[in-house]
Amino acid sequence: MATTYDQASQEAALSETFHLVEDEHGHGHGSPTLLGFWIYMMSDALIFAALFATYGVLSTSFAGGPVPQDVFDLRLVALNTAFLLVSSITYGFGMLAMERGQKGTVQLWLLVTALLGIAFVGVELYEFNHFAHEGAVPQRSGYWSGVWTLVGTHGLHVSVGILWIGIMMVQVAQRGLIEANKRRLMCLGMFWHLLDVVWIGVFTYVYLLGMIR
Amino acid sequence: MENIWKIIFGRLGWDSFPFYDPIILSTFIVVILGGVGVLAALTKFKLWGYLWREWFTSVDHKKIGIMYIVLATVMLLRGFADAIMMRLQQSVAFGANEGYLNAHHFDQVFTAHGTIMIFFVAIPLISGVINFVMPLQIGARDVAFPYLNNLSFWLTASGAALVMASLFVGEFSTGGWLNYVPVTNLENSPGVGPDYYLWALQIAGVGTTLSAINMVATVIKMRAPGMTMMKMPVFVWTAFCSQALAIAIFPVLTAAFAMLMLDRYLGFNFFTNDLGGNPMMYWNLVWIWGHPEVYVLILPVFGIYSEVTSTFTGKRLFGYSSMVYATVVITILSYLVWLHHFFTMGSGASVNSFFGIATMVISIPTGAKIFNWLFTMYRGDIRFELPMMWVVAFMLTFVVGGMTGVLLAVPPADFVLHNSLFLVAHFHNVIIGGVIFGLFAGIEYWFPKAFGFKLDKFWGKVHFWGWVIGYWVAWTPIYIVGLMGVTRRLRWIEDPSLQPYFIVAAIGAFIILIGITGFLIGLVVSIMKREQLRDHTGDPWGGRTLEWSTSSPPPAYNFAFTPRVHDLDAWYDMKSRGYERPLTGFKPIHMPKPTATGVYQAGFATVLGFAMVWYMWWLAALAFIGLLVVTIAHTFNYDRDYYIPAEEVERIEKARAEPSLEPRKGPNPDPEPTGPFAPAGA
Repeated sequence: MATTYDQASQEAALSETFHLVEDEHGHGHGSPTLLGFWIYMMSDALIFAALFATYGVLSTSFAGGPVPQDVFDLRLVALNTAFLLVSSITYGFGMLAMERGQKGTVQLWLLVTALLGIAFVGVELYEFNHFAHEGAVPQRSGYWSGVWTLVGTHGLHVSVGILWIGIMMVQVAQRGLIEANKRRLMCLGMFWHLLDVVWIGVFTYVYLLGMIR
Repeated sequence: MENIWKIIFGRLGWDSFPFYDPIILSTFIVVILGGVGVLAALTKFKLWGYLWREWFTSVDHKKIGIMYIVLATVMLLRGFADAIMMRLQQSVAFGANEGYLNAHHFDQVFTAHGTIMIFFVAIPLISGVINFVMPLQIGARDVAFPYLNNLSFWLTASGAALVMASLFVGEFSTGGWLNYVPVTNLENSPGVGPDYYLWALQIAGVGTTLSAINMVATVIKMRAPGMTMMKMPVFVWTAFCSQALAIAIFPVLTAAFAMLMLDRYLGFNFFTNDLGGNPMMYWNLVWIWGHPEVYVLILPVFGIYSEVTSTFTGKRLFGYSSMVYATVVITILSYLVWLHHFFTMGSGASVNSFFGIATMVISIPTGAKIFNWLFTMYRGDIRFELPMMWVVAFMLTFVVGGMTGVLLAVPPADFVLHNSLFLVAHFHNVIIGGVIFGLFAGIEYWFPKAFGFKLDKFWGKVHFWGWVIGYWVAWTPIYIVGLMGVTRRLRWIEDPSLQPYFIVAAIGAFIILIGITGFLIGLVVSIMKREQLRDHTGDPWGGRTLEWSTSSPPPAYNFAFTPRVHDLDAWYDMKSRGYERPLTGFKPIHMPKPTATGVYQAGFATVLGFAMVWYMWWLAALAFIGLLVVTIAHTFNYDRDYYIPAEEVERIEKARAEPSLEPRKGPNPDPEPTGPFAPAGA
C-alpha cells in the first residue's frame, strides 16, 4: 500500500504538475530589459515633470530682470527643433537597417544621428551664451533658474545620448548586430525618442508660451 | 601656501574636526577604535576574501537582501543614539537648566535622527526584506537585473557612509529630516551640513530608484508559470505597489534636491527668499515625495502582516482580493494628499478641504485591511509565536496612530496641532507601531529561511516587550504634551511643570533600548545555539507560500526546478496534494555572475559626494571621471552569466535530502567576480 502511494507521488512529482522539467527561459535575457528601461524612462520623465512644474510656478518670477521676449530667438529654436526631430527619424532608419541585419548602414545612421545631436547641443550652447550676454543668467531670477535648469537638463540628456551612440558604434563594430547589441540599440532608441517628446514640451511650454505671455 | 591648501582641501581644515566638542570627540574615538578592531579581526581571521567574493560582489538577491538588513541594523543604532540624546536633553532642559547640548548640536541631532531612521533604516530594511523574500515567493532564481541590484545596495551604503562621515568631519544639516529651506539656503546655512545631506540622499536615492525599477520588473516578468497577478502572495502585491510608488516619487525628490544643490552651489534662485525664488515650492516637491514614501514603507509591511497572520492562524488570508484592491487604492490615494503636511501654507479652504478629505479617505482601505487580518484570525488555529505577537502588537498600536492621523487630517484641527509634538507622536506611532513592528515580525518570520535556524525565543520576547512597552511609555506623554501645545524640535522648555512628561518619555526610550539590546543579544545567542534551533525541513512555521518549499538557507539558484503554481497559497497547495521533491532529472541552471562593478561605482560616488561637500573640485572631477570610466567599461563586459552544472545541482539537492551531508560545506559554486576591475587571476 505504502509503496503504491510512494510510486504514485513520485510520478506526480515528475509529471510537471508542480514544476517545469525543462528550464523554461534564459533568465536575465531580452524581455525584462526593455520593460525595465521603459520604467526607468518614466522615472526620468518624472524628473522633467518636477522641473516643468517648478518652471510653471516660477514662470513670472522675473524679479525685474530680463523677460523671455527680450532674449528668445524663435528662429534659432525652430532650427534646433528640426535638428532633434530629424535625428529621431534618422535613428529610426538605423533601426530599420538593424532589423535587416545591415551592420554598415546601422553605423552610418548612428553617425548621422549623433551629428544631428551634436548640432543640437552646439546651438543650445550658443543660445545659452546669448542668454548670458543679455543678463538672463540663472542667478538673475527664479524664472531664468527655471529655464536654464529645464533646458539644460534636456541638453544634458541629449549629450549623454550622444556618448551612448558613440559607445554603441564601437560595440556594434566589435561584435556586430548580436542579440545583446540589438537590445541595447532598442533601449537607446527609446531614450532618444523620449528626448524628442520632452523637447516638444520644452519648445511649447518654455519658448512658445514664453513669447506670447 | 593658504591658496594651495584651499585648492587641495577646499573647505576642509583642522577646525572641521570636532576637537572642540567632547561628546562628538569621544564618540569619534570609540568608533575609530571599534572600526580598527573590526578591521583587525577581519584581517586576522582572513575574512576579506570571503566577504569580497561571497557578499560584496554577489548579485544573489538573498545575500543583497541580508546586506541591506545588516546596514539598516547598524544605522538603527546610530539613529537610536540620536533619539536617546534628544530624550535626555528634553528631560533635563527646563527653566534655568540649559541641558547638555548646545542649540547647533541639538539641531543636527534631530535632523540626523530623522534622516537616518527613514533613509538608512526603514528604506534599507524594506529593500532588504523585499529583496530576500519576493523573488523566492514568485518562484524566481534572481531578480530581473542582478548586477543593478548589487549597485543599488552599494549606492545606499555610500549615502550612509557620507551621513556617518558628517558626524566626525564637519557637521550635518540643521534643517530637519527634509532639509527645509529657507534654513538650508546658502545664506542661512553656509556650512557643509546641508551639502552632506544633499549628496548622501542624492546618491542613496538613485540606488533606491534603481532598486524599485528592478523589483517592479521582477514582479512583472519573473513570476513562475501559473502565478497570475491574482495568485501572487499578498506580500508580492504590496511590494509591487510599494516599489511602483517609489518609482513615481523618488525622481521628484531627486529633482527637488538637484534644484537646491543648484541654489547652494551656483547661486540659482529656485527656493531663495529673494529674486523670485519660492521656498514653498521646495516643501511641495519634497512632500510629493514624502507622503507617498510613508506608504512605500508601510505597504510591504502590510504584506508581511498578511503572510504572518495567514501562516500562524493556519488559514487562507481572509478577503485576498479586497486586500489587493485596498493596497492599490492606498497606492493611488497616497499621491493625492501631500499638502496636508502644510495646511498652514495658506492655499485656501477649498484646496485644504480636498487634501483633508483625500487623507481621511485613506483610512477606509487601511481599515479594511485591519478587519481582514482580524477575520483571518477569527476561528483560526492561532499560534502565538513571535511573528504573530508582533502582529497583535501592531494592530493595537497602529490603530491609535491611524486615528490620530485622521484627527490631523482635519484642516482646522491641524492649524492647532501643526508642528506640535502631537504630530511627532502620531508619526512615530505609525512608523514604530506599523513599519518597525512589521519589519521585526518579518525578520523573526524569515530568519530561519535565510540562515537555516530560528531566532532564540527568550531574547525574542525581550526584544518584543522592550519595544512594545517602551513605545507606549515613550510616546503617550508626548501625545499629551503635544495636545497641550508643546511644539516640536525644542531644545529647552520654559515651563518646568511639563518636565515629568519628558522624564517618562526618556524612561520609555530606555525601555526601547532594552528591546534593541535584546535583539542583538538574541542574534548572538541564536548563532551560538544554532544546532538546537536548526530547521532541516525548510518549512519551520508550516508556511503557505513558495519560499518555504525550498531548503533553508536556499541554494544559490533558489529552486532546482522552476515551480508551477496552481493556487494562491502555492506551497500549501503542493503540500496538501502530496508533493514530493524530485531527486533526479536535474538540468544545468543558468545564473548571473558576480561582479565588482557596483562596489567600484559606489566607491567613486562616495568620493564624488565627499569632494563636492568640501569643494575639492579636482577630486570631484577625478571621482566623476572614474565613475564614468567604470560604468562604460562595464558595458563592454558581455560575459555576465554561467551555468551551474547539473551534477552540482544534484549534489546540493541530494545533500538536502540527507541533512547529515551539509550542503553549505561544499565548494562554492559561484565563479570569481568578473568585469574590468576583477582581482588579478579571476
